[in-house]
Amino acid sequence: MKIHMTSVFVDDQAQAEQFYTEVLGFVKKHDVPVGESDRWLTVVSPDEPDGTELLLEPAAHPAARTYRDALVKDGIPLAQFAVQDVQAEYQRLRGLGVRFTQDPLEMGPVTTAVLDDTCGNLIQIATVPQ
Amino acid sequence: MVAVADQLFKALADPTRRTILDELTEKSGQTLFEICSRLSMRHRLGISRQAVSQHLAVLESAGLVETRREGRYKFHDLNTAPLRHIAERWPLPDASGPEGNTP
Repeated sequence: MKIHMTSVFVDDQAQAEQFYTEVLGFVKKHDVPVGESDRWLTVVSPDEPDGTELLLEPAAHPAARTYRDALVKDGIPLAQFAVQDVQAEYQRLRGLGVRFTQDPLEMGPVTTAVLDDTCGNLIQIATVPQ
Repeated sequence: MVAVADQLFKALADPTRRTILDELTEKSGQTLFEICSRLSMRHRLGISRQAVSQHLAVLESAGLVETRREGRYKFHDLNTAPLRHIAERWPLPDASGPEGNTP
C-alpha cells in the first residue's frame, strides 16, 4: 500500500490553483470538470511529477467549514510539506505576501513554520534532517 | 487585591505554566498549536492540547497571558505587568542605593 493522493478542502478552487501553483510552486497534474462547477483538481511537486498528488477539494460541505475554522483558530495545520530550507522559503513566501501564523521555529532536529493558504487552511512547512 | 494575588501565585506555582511563560518570553504572540509544539518538542512534555488550554486559562485569569483574535486566528501574548504586585508587596533591595547589596 502507498499514499497516492491526499487532499485539502479549499474555499475556492480557482484561488487554490493560483496559490498552490504560482505561490507555493506546485504543478497542476489533473484538472477535470466534475458536476456543474466543481473540478477534479490535483497538483504535484515539480521535483516528483509522479509523486503523491494533492487534491484541492471544494469545501462545500457545511461540516468542512466548522472543522477547518476550529483548527485555524488554534493554529493547527492540515497538511505538511517538506522544503530544503524553512528560513529561505519563509523569506520567499513573505515577500509574496503570504501570512504566517508561526514563524520558523527550531525544535531539535526539525524546523517548522505555519502559513495560511488563503483558501481556509493552515499549512506547515518543515525541514527534516536527511 | 487578595484575589488577584491568589490567582497570580496559583498561576506561577505550576512548572508547566512557568515553561509556557518562558516560551512566550522568547516570542510573544503564539497560537495554541505553537505553544503545544514548543512544550512537546523542546521540553518533552507529554501533555494534551486540552491540558495546555487549561493552563493558558489559568494564566489568563491571572493576567499573565492575554489572547487576541486576529482575523481567523487566536494568538497568546505575554503580559508581565501583574508580576509588579510581587515587587510592590515585598520590595526588592535597591541595588544602586547606599545600602545596596552589590558585592
